[in-house]
Amino acid sequence: MVRRIEPDGETFEFTFEGRTIVARPGDSIAAALTAAGIVNLRDSVVSGRPRGVFCMMGSCFDCLVEIDGVPNRQACMTAAASGLEVRRQRGGVEVQAS
Amino acid sequence: MKSCDIAVIGAGPAGLAAATRAADLGYDTVLLDEQPSPGGQIYRAVETADHARTEVMGADYARGRAIVDAFRASGAAYMDGALVWNISTDRVIDFSRGGASSQLSAKRIIVATGAVERPWPLPGWTLPGVTTAGALQILMKASGIVQEDAVLAGSGPLLWLVAAQLVDAGAPPRAVVETTPRAHYRAALAQLPAALRAPGYLAKGWRMMRKVKRAGVRHFAGAENIAIEGADAASAIRFTAKGASERIEASSIALHQGVVPNQQITRLLRCDHAWDAAQQCFRPVTDEDGQSSVQEVYVAGDGAGIGGALSAALHGEITALAIAARDGRGDPARLKSLRAERARDAAVRPFLETLYAPAPHVTAPADDTIVCRCEEVTAGAIREAVNLGAPGPNQVKSFLRAGMGPCQGRVCGPVVSAIIAERRGETPGATGYYRIRPPLKPIPLSELAQFTIPDAPEDR
Repeated sequence: MVRRIEPDGETFEFTFEGRTIVARPGDSIAAALTAAGIVNLRDSVVSGRPRGVFCMMGSCFDCLVEIDGVPNRQACMTAAASGLEVRRQRGGVEVQAS
Repeated sequence: MKSCDIAVIGAGPAGLAAATRAADLGYDTVLLDEQPSPGGQIYRAVETADHARTEVMGADYARGRAIVDAFRASGAAYMDGALVWNISTDRVIDFSRGGASSQLSAKRIIVATGAVERPWPLPGWTLPGVTTAGALQILMKASGIVQEDAVLAGSGPLLWLVAAQLVDAGAPPRAVVETTPRAHYRAALAQLPAALRAPGYLAKGWRMMRKVKRAGVRHFAGAENIAIEGADAASAIRFTAKGASERIEASSIALHQGVVPNQQITRLLRCDHAWDAAQQCFRPVTDEDGQSSVQEVYVAGDGAGIGGALSAALHGEITALAIAARDGRGDPARLKSLRAERARDAAVRPFLETLYAPAPHVTAPADDTIVCRCEEVTAGAIREAVNLGAPGPNQVKSFLRAGMGPCQGRVCGPVVSAIIAERRGETPGATGYYRIRPPLKPIPLSELAQFTIPDAPEDR
């Protein structure tokens, strides 16, 4: 289980796999998902096994997610923002036309 | 292209202190940092953490506020959210900020990119719910998020610090599982008298351990054969201690085996690196002021060798003053006193390095354990590649894609070198390390396509 040191505070919302996630100012996407009890962020590229947050400091690239349609974003290095649509990343990513 | 006298990379204590002093000395100084606010990992979000959070994190964390405030008040330019992805041999820095890349030309560069956690590959370490101990601490610092019922496993001061902070946050960990071999305690005793010369460290460590134990946290010493169970996420940690098999159910398991210098930028710049047998890690070769083997490239703080936050801040200022001294400026008396203060602070290091040296099993994972998390390469595959004639990490990378995933070897690098060295019967220093190439982190092709390099330098 996870909880916050500060019981109250300003909040905003974004979605993960369509589910509403409540975040607070200063949260990265990885932090807000952790606070919501979500640990399974993607499937690995070789074996397709689940992965989640590991280092929280931009080093390990294990928390890669798709944010507003853009894949390979580091959830721990991306600030949570109101209205973002975040999705689990499944395996490797194809080259996309932007 | 914008230009500056001194570019500092990294906004932890070393980078902040270096930039603050350099700007005070009249240098046109720019600090680039990937995070949204200054402080590095050690003082992460120190400007915005409220009273309750600062109380939990403790006085050593709160101390960072003064360092950040001094930097904010200095004349140094600050580029937050700036990801440095290449540096040329003539010190032109390519960086990505806000989705667009641009360049900064620097007469001198101070690399202050700090440390990363020593990798500890073990069965189940890729399962969601398994993090570094640092990750738990970053969640507390940056968001006030506390894992309840965590198990902390491994060795080193940070393990106890995070445990004590969780206690202060009202969420004592379920257990502290220490891997420190008993023989290390005996060996460290010899270093104890010297360690007492560094003010405060040992008493602080003792108080942390007492706090955790008084909170009723279970403590296991000399743990071996650690493995994490779980299907789609971690559910328990297994280990042996004092001859007994133990199993503790937990959904949050935090691993720690000390920290090592983050070598990405100094390797990219082709600085000479050496194996440090005492710290059991590679570090760039520097003089005491941080001058690397590459002209006009300096390394300050933990990136030059692990010394901790206090030492890093001292080293940052020392580096700036040493640069000024070369230019016939600065404050020689202050430089001398800072060097002495840093030497005093370092007196605790031999004790900590001996006590918390990684146990042999940490760098020798079992054959079926994943070492490279990105490409899911096992220790056994790496050993097999060595048997087939791969002489070093770069050949192993070609054979197996180890270190070729998005983290670019940041996590697996030290263990891959250790496994190859062990198999070849040589030191990791002789084995060497991954060759680090740009871009230092993946950036979108569309961003690269829009990245135009101006022909002639212009003043900024």
